[in-house]
Amino acid sequence: MSDAPPDNGFIIAPIPGFGPKKSWTERLTKGLAKTSKEFTEQVTAVLTKRRLDQDALDELEEMLIEADLGPAAAARVAAAFGKARFGREADENEIKESLAEAIAAELRPHEARFDPLRGPKPYIVLFVGVNGSGKTTTLGKIAADLKGRGAKVLIAAGDTFRAAAVEQLSVWAARSDTPIITRPAGADAAGLVFDAAARARAEGFDVVLVDTAGRLQNKSALMDELAKIVRVLKKADPSAPHETLLVLDATVGRNALSQVEAFDRIAGVTGVVMTKLDGTARGGVLVPVAEASRAPIKLIGVGEGIDDLQPFDATAFARSLVGLPAR
Amino acid sequence: MFESLGERLTGVFDRLTGRGVLSEKDVDEALREVRLALLEADVALPVVRDFIAKARERATGEAVVRSVRPADQVVKLVHDGLVEMLGGDDVQGLNLSTTPPTVILMAGLQGSGKTTTSAKLALRIQKMERRKVLMASLDTRRPAAMEQLATLGKQAEVETLPIVAGQSAPDIARRALQAARLGGFDVLILDTAGRTTLDEQMMGEAAEIARIASPHESLLVADALTGQDAVRTAKAFHERLALTGLILTRTDGDARGGAALSMRAVTGLPIKFLGAGEKIDALEVFDARRVAGRILGAGDVVALVEKAVAEVDHAQAEKMAAKLQKGQFDLDDLAAQLRQMQKMGGMQGLMGMLPGVQKVKKQIAESGMDDRVFRRQEAIIGSMTKLERRKPDVLNASRKRRVAIGAGVDVAEINRLLKQHRQMADMVKSMSKGGGKGFARMAQAMGGMMGGGPGGLPPGLTAPSNADLERLRALGGGQLPPGGGGLPGLPGMGGGGMPGLPGFPKKK
Ligand SMILES: Nc1nc2c(ncn2[C@@H]2O[C@H](COP(=O)(O)OP(=O)(O)OP(=O)(O)O)[C@@H](O)[C@H]2O)c(=O)[nH]1
Ligand SMILES: [Mg+2]
Repeated sequence: MSDAPPDNGFIIAPIPGFGPKKSWTERLTKGLAKTSKEFTEQVTAVLTKRRLDQDALDELEEMLIEADLGPAAAARVAAAFGKARFGREADENEIKESLAEAIAAELRPHEARFDPLRGPKPYIVLFVGVNGSGKTTTLGKIAADLKGRGAKVLIAAGDTFRAAAVEQLSVWAARSDTPIITRPAGADAAGLVFDAAARARAEGFDVVLVDTAGRLQNKSALMDELAKIVRVLKKADPSAPHETLLVLDATVGRNALSQVEAFDRIAGVTGVVMTKLDGTARGGVLVPVAEASRAPIKLIGVGEGIDDLQPFDATAFARSLVGLPAR
Repeated sequence: MFESLGERLTGVFDRLTGRGVLSEKDVDEALREVRLALLEADVALPVVRDFIAKARERATGEAVVRSVRPADQVVKLVHDGLVEMLGGDDVQGLNLSTTPPTVILMAGLQGSGKTTTSAKLALRIQKMERRKVLMASLDTRRPAAMEQLATLGKQAEVETLPIVAGQSAPDIARRALQAARLGGFDVLILDTAGRTTLDEQMMGEAAEIARIASPHESLLVADALTGQDAVRTAKAFHERLALTGLILTRTDGDARGGAALSMRAVTGLPIKFLGAGEKIDALEVFDARRVAGRILGAGDVVALVEKAVAEVDHAQAEKMAAKLQKGQFDLDDLAAQLRQMQKMGGMQGLMGMLPGVQKVKKQIAESGMDDRVFRRQEAIIGSMTKLERRKPDVLNASRKRRVAIGAGVDVAEINRLLKQHRQMADMVKSMSKGGGKGFARMAQAMGGMMGGGPGGLPPGLTAPSNADLERLRALGGGQLPPGGGGLPGLPGMGGGGMPGLPGFPKKK
């Protein structure tokens, strides 16, 4: 990967995140530290040096609700936490440790790796999600990462609908020096995707990254269009898509559950990506999402830079959520 | 996906119908459900707490209105509270300055919909207010963000500031101001890059842009799908930019949209518009009642009431009511109800507006029932003679064959219709003896019939009794014509209406 953005004819400012690569745990901790600071202070203020009683547990449950776990998951986590600590005096670190463990326990069964270089070739990855969730950016980050690992990557600009979507993706393709297949605005996305799959096979690409237009999951016409993309893709390669990544925005609330259900039904989600964890949204929504989804959580986005994508690690995530350093 | 508040409260209150006053304990229990409903609707916890405290004050000691189920009464109370908190009927448009150019600054998180909303707003101002608008993208960060605004500008036939490579956002703001002044534009819309409120550098940039442009309107564009983060984000933007209003996008999704309440509560700012689609004309004026109904999952109750009032033929309704009260219900009456149903938007239309139907919709789809059934049944009745419609008993085998050919259906379908009519007519007869209560029973019986699909229909839909009509009336501000003796003046729905729903075929 080059250190400077290539000249591609588009106007771009210096890309945040370019520069020396930090270890991913470092980045995860950094990205989430800001998020969790306020939260941790709250937790600690409530619980430090006092006996863990029902009132304290109730308050804890409310904090989890504010982190978007939702009322049910918050109650369960608080209860699990209470079981371990009820009636005891607790200091700050103990509280953090066991709270993190309670959250990690909820998430751990739903953690998995994203490894497109280990499957069949070409390995076709479809990016789906509601508008603005971060599909294109995530795709761009992944392209750069795979290129850095020496893979031969092809990008398919399947969002033929949104204004300047192709231009946006072209910039990302240029940043990672990856070939991109595009069609004019309004063209049939399924046809483009078919061509990309065919070309990838003919030219021996390792991975095809397929962007799609953002769509709200309750719009049946748009979901049918997505179903068509999947169908046509299967004509090119019956085993495709090898991965369908649902990209969720960390600010999303309870609607994430509806998104997971609908996108899975239509496109068979195999992995969840949660973006924008570098904002104030705490990302606790991952707990109910993980629970409701057949698909595991694979990646998290912690910024707009090309490096700001990390594998999802339940323990590290839970620990940094409550402000503990990675082990 | 989530239970509506009405459904939740029905459970709580089932035990206490018929008592005089809402006790403190009843209220507590009800408010626990209200709290859960609001949280499931993504209303932020501090706002929920506040709301519950106010609602408790109002609810405790409130007399139980006899004709209304306590659950409905609480739903109304909560609904009214939400409407009030959302700003009531007070609709606030844009403040356009008398000395042009009016500057509108658009701000928000990444991916919240600022660019699309900028174009929608520009189109609206140019079309409705007949003012000349210039748009400028100050987004130097996201790849092709400026191209996106330029493309949308072409679609909306709104001018955009020419793109100059390498300029900083504040510099573009200055250039845009100058271009707006020189070009004689009335309104300048500044679209900015998305930013997280933790990014100090970017928040500083936003504040600097605001200082340079001194906007007349600074609008926070936020996603209706937002969860608990809504309060933190709204507060942080308001602190730095002195916002003047909010715009909620993606309200065409299926989120309950509690973020609207959270942001309004924490900033006190009016919600000015709702984004409701990807097309550039999909921008709506904010409507507190509709948003409140959404948050409660109460369906678009207001719309239902209004539609009912608009569509119902009152004279005919009264005629039917009189007949029903005498215990009469012939095939002409059934046909009238079928027509009424279709007038009101058919199954889909009604379902979309009724509370608690999200679940039901799926069941109905699975049972294969749709409006064609109604149209076919109307055709069957239309192929009968006057005598046959009055006295269906005369329909022997040869008459049925004739009708079947006329309507283009099987004889079996005619038999099914007749059987259903028979059941309804029996119920009408027994009810005419039992008064209002009878209609509730009828509704229940109909529930059984409608439950042809798997799992049956939930109580909210199968018992559109007096209480439900009361609820509609209450929520709709008394716009429903009053019904007498348990017989509402609505043949298409309610006591005499939904029960009239014929022929939900069994799943094959
Ligand atoms: N802070 C932050 N911003 C992100 C992250 N991921 C994406 N974004 C930003 O979110 C915005 C939307 O991202 P896109 O990648 O365009 O989203 P999309 O899903 O492709 O959007 P549509 O194609 O319009 O549906 C952009 O401004 C991105 O820079 C992240 O992890 N953190
Ligand atoms: Mg995109």
